[in-house]
Amino acid sequence: MNAIKNITLSLSLILSINMPTYSNDIAEGKKLAFDRKKGNCLACHMIDDGELAGNSGPPLLAMKARFPDKQVLFNQIWDPTKNNPNTFMPPFGKHGAITKDEINKIIEYLYTL
Amino acid sequence: MKINFSNFFAISFLLVSVGVYASPEEDRELFHDYFEKLFPNTEYSDYKNGVYSIDSSSREQWESIEDFPPYEINIENGEELFNTPFKNGNTYAQCFENGGIGIRQNYPFFDEDKNMVMTLELAINNCRKKNGEKPLSYYKGGPMADISAYMAYTSRGNKINLEIPNNQKALEAYEHGKKLYFTKVGQLNFSCADCHVYKTGIKLRADIPSPAIGHTTHFPAYRSGAGRLVTLHERFAGCLSRVRHKPFKAQNEEYRNLEYFITYMSNGLEINGPGSRK
Ligand code: HEC
Ligand code: HEC
Repeated sequence: MNAIKNITLSLSLILSINMPTYSNDIAEGKKLAFDRKKGNCLACHMIDDGELAGNSGPPLLAMKARFPDKQVLFNQIWDPTKNNPNTFMPPFGKHGAITKDEINKIIEYLYTL
Repeated sequence: MKINFSNFFAISFLLVSVGVYASPEEDRELFHDYFEKLFPNTEYSDYKNGVYSIDSSSREQWESIEDFPPYEINIENGEELFNTPFKNGNTYAQCFENGGIGIRQNYPFFDEDKNMVMTLELAINNCRKKNGEKPLSYYKGGPMADISAYMAYTSRGNKINLEIPNNQKALEAYEHGKKLYFTKVGQLNFSCADCHVYKTGIKLRADIPSPAIGHTTHFPAYRSGAGRLVTLHERFAGCLSRVRHKPFKAQNEEYRNLEYFITYMSNGLEINGPGSRK
C-alpha cells in the first residue's frame, strides 16, 4: 500500500514538472475520488489502482484525450443529470456532496489517467 | 412481452410521473418479465434468496452459514416470548388468526377498518397495546425482531399471495408505495429502483444490489455485519441513509406503503424467514 502511495506520489511529482498543477492537488484529487465519504467514484468506475472498483459506470481512463475541455468534465461531476436525467451517477456538486474546489482537484487527478 | 432496459424505464417512468396507472397485476407481470430477461438463469422461486439468487460467487458461503443459522437462538427466544402470557393473562396467540402460527404470508394487508396497510410488526405492537403492555422497539433487533422471526419461521414454505382489495384507499396505498420506490431522493439522488431494478446485479465496491422481487420473504434477517436481526423497515432505513436521505420513523406510512408495494411484487414466492445476509 505504501509502495503504491510512494509511486503515485513520485509520479505526480514528475508530472508536476510538466504541468501547471501542483502535485498536491493531484494527490488530494485521488484521495477525494477514492474516499467513500467524498467522491466515492470507485463505487461505480474502475480507476487506476483502486481496489474493489464498481462497474456501473465506464472505466475512467484516457481522460485528457476524451475530455479535452475541462468544463465538460466539471459539468459531468457537478450535475450529470443535465446530460441524462435518469443517470445513476449522483449530482455531487449540485447536491453539495463535494465542493467546486474538490471537483477541480479530482479533475487534476483524472487528467493523469 | 419483450422488454429492455430503456423501454422498461420509459414504461415505469410514465406510470409514475403521468399518473396513467397500470393495475398492480400488470405491474407485477412487468417486474416478473423484466427480471426474467435480466437473469435468465434464475428460477422465479429462487428470488426469495435475494442477492444469492443472482450472484453465484457469494452463494456457497451463504449456504454454509445457513447450515448453522446464526438466528436459531432468536427463533427460540421469539417462541418463548410469544408464548409468555401478558400481565392480564392473555397471549399473543389470541390476537392472531390460527393462533399466530403459519400466518406470516398474510402480512402486510390492507386493513379496511383502519384504512391503512397493516404490517406484522405493527400488529404485534397493537396486540400488546390492547393488552395493556408497552410497545416494543422496531429497531436494533431485540424482542420485536425475535417474535417476528419466530412467526416467520412457523410460516416457512407458505406462499405470499397479497390481494389488494377493491378499495380506493388500498389502491392509493399501493400507488404511493410504488411512487416512493421509483422516486430519486437524498443527497446522492437515488431511487430504490435505481439499485434494485435498473442496476440490479452491478458491483458497488463490495456490494451487489439484489432484485426487488424477493425482498420481503425472509425478514427479519440476521445481518452478519450488524451481528443481529434487522427488521424490514430498519433495512429500508439503512438504504435511505446510504443515499443520505433522512430515514422515516419505523412503521410510518411511507415504510408501510413501500412494504405493501414490494410485497405485491413478490407474490408467489415462499416465506423463508428469518434469513441471513451479509
Ligand atoms: C453511483 C454510481 C456512480 C458514481 C458514484 C460516480 N459515477 Fe460517474 N458515471 C456513472 C454512470 C452510470 C455513468 C454513465 C453515464 C450515465 O449513465 O449518465 C457515469 C459517467 C461518468 C463520466 C463520463 C464518462 C464517459 O466516458 O463518458 C465521468 C467523467 C464520470 N462519470 C466521472 C465520475 C467521477 C469523477 C466520480 C466521482 C466524483 C463519479 N463519476 C462517480 C456512475 C457513477
Ligand atoms: C445505492 C444503491 C441502493 C439504493 C438506492 C437502495 N438500496 Fe437497498 N440495498 C442496496 C445494497 C447494496 C443492498 C445489500 C445487498 C442486497 O441487496 O442484499 C441492499 C439491500 C436491500 C434490502 C435487503 C435485501 C435482502 O435480500 O435482504 C432491501 C429490502 C432493500 N435494500 C430495500 C431498499 C429500498 C426500499 C430502497 C429505497 C428506499 C433501497 N433499498 C435503496 C443498495 C441500494
